[in-house]
Amino acid sequence: MEFKSINQLKSLIDENKISVKEIAQTYIKKIKEKKDLNIFIYFDEDKINNQVTEIEKLPNHKKLKGIPIAVKDLFCTKNMPTTAASKILENFNPTYESFVTQKLINEGSLFVGKTNLDEFAMGSATNTSYFGNTINPLSNKDNPLAPGGSSGGSAAAVAADLCLGSTGTDTGGSIRQPASFCGVVGIKPTYGLCSRWGIAAFASSLDQAGIFSKNVTDASILLEEIAGYDERDSTSSNVSIPNYSKQLNSKLNGKTIGIPKEYTVDGISDEINAVWDDAIKSLEKKGAKIKHISLPHTKYALPTYYIIAPAEASSNLARYDGVKYGFRADEAKSLDEMYEITRSEGFGKEVKRRILIGTYVLSAGYYDAYYLKAQKVRKLIANDFIETFKECDLILTPTAPSAAFPLNEKQDDPIKMYLNDVFTVPASLAGIPGISIPYGKDKNGLPLGIQLLGKHFNEQEIFNASFALEKDYE
Amino acid sequence: MKLDTNTINKIAKLARISLSEKEANDLLKDMNSILDWVEQLNEVNTDSVEPLANISSSTLPQRKDEAKDINSSDEILKNSPDKLEGYFAVPKVVE
Repeated sequence: MEFKSINQLKSLIDENKISVKEIAQTYIKKIKEKKDLNIFIYFDEDKINNQVTEIEKLPNHKKLKGIPIAVKDLFCTKNMPTTAASKILENFNPTYESFVTQKLINEGSLFVGKTNLDEFAMGSATNTSYFGNTINPLSNKDNPLAPGGSSGGSAAAVAADLCLGSTGTDTGGSIRQPASFCGVVGIKPTYGLCSRWGIAAFASSLDQAGIFSKNVTDASILLEEIAGYDERDSTSSNVSIPNYSKQLNSKLNGKTIGIPKEYTVDGISDEINAVWDDAIKSLEKKGAKIKHISLPHTKYALPTYYIIAPAEASSNLARYDGVKYGFRADEAKSLDEMYEITRSEGFGKEVKRRILIGTYVLSAGYYDAYYLKAQKVRKLIANDFIETFKECDLILTPTAPSAAFPLNEKQDDPIKMYLNDVFTVPASLAGIPGISIPYGKDKNGLPLGIQLLGKHFNEQEIFNASFALEKDYE
Repeated sequence: MKLDTNTINKIAKLARISLSEKEANDLLKDMNSILDWVEQLNEVNTDSVEPLANISSSTLPQRKDEAKDINSSDEILKNSPDKLEGYFAVPKVVE
């Protein structure tokens, strides 16, 4: 049995044509059948069945009653362990529920499990997880592909039809790039729209929660539930949340779409540029005005990001010391030795690399040259967008520089890996919202994504244009 | 080459991460290439630019400064690898 959308499944529930128990059984079966893809870090049938009893007691007006949702294992959940895909958080059972997952629970969601990710969300292929790679469900048997990352498990869960929606987090592209690789919709809202409370922190000035779904309408339904002000996150914005799904409107008359020349990058395949072109033509046909624009500091976004994100990570990850929770190495003789061995054995290679880069760029004598410099360039990158949005409503770009790549492709060169984020990082640095929707395929039949970026807190505009473009492939 | 093995080990000490010789050598190579790559930011003139630390465009409200009892210490201690009489226990610090 396949359910196509949240609205479809919700109608079946409302009309008593299906019970929450039947939904749970359907998805438990699906998840077991796809076990080989290693999409979930945590999956427990009993935990799903226990929720069924509670959800069935809820009134039908609960908007997500019985809707199966997968949760990225970076969100703290009270009823399921939380690992951040790291050995250092093995056996960690949070004593509280994250803001985002609590909102989903309040509306009656059925959590099917916790999805795999790159360790502490640091990566672009879900291949730095302590719990092994996730395989992209669109792969064929002879050539396993990466699902993208860091939220690869959440994107794969939607693509493999193991849930109707999932939560992700996006620091430099960790929702949009895997959405593109797995052929699903992924939205990273404005920084501050969703509370970060209860999400294991990576880079606090960039981290933002978001949604994966099968279509734009479902993304709009889920985002309006997880958005909102929370006094426990000091960067949470107190803005009113529109009813995105009710206001979806595919009319683009009078809208101006910016096409930034800096996103035409060497080494990007013709297929990706062709898909970009198709989307431009389609938007024009639907009544939008196309404007060629320039975001002059685009090429500095990646190096800026790879100073700021590791710096913040080195500070955030100082809390993992083997004292309060998680893994502790037991062979240490002194306190300092306990910290050092615990962190050495508890963190993986990529996480250690970023902690050390961060420690270096923040250390005495280097702070001004690296960290402060990066914060200044970040200001220029953010200003580029502010200036551009004076003359256009949205910006359209490709999401990722390639389709899903083979799982075993050599990832020796960290800079080459970081280039995966070339189109997604600038928006993260500017804190603006962005969506990736599937739009066309490459010659191997793999999905390609396009990205729409909007002004701060203008998610509605992004949903509307995506809703219009989505119809091209219905 | 910006970093040498001594600097790597010094940073690792600051970050409380012990490194094997092989790890230190691998990291030396990776970190030097990353630091060379980020050098390109020096092309950008930032003389009169204010550093951006918070990108929130809306005003951020402050909550009332009130104590709230959310977690019990018992619940928190449950996650600790070692505990003793209501405290986190660690290897002996004072002889």
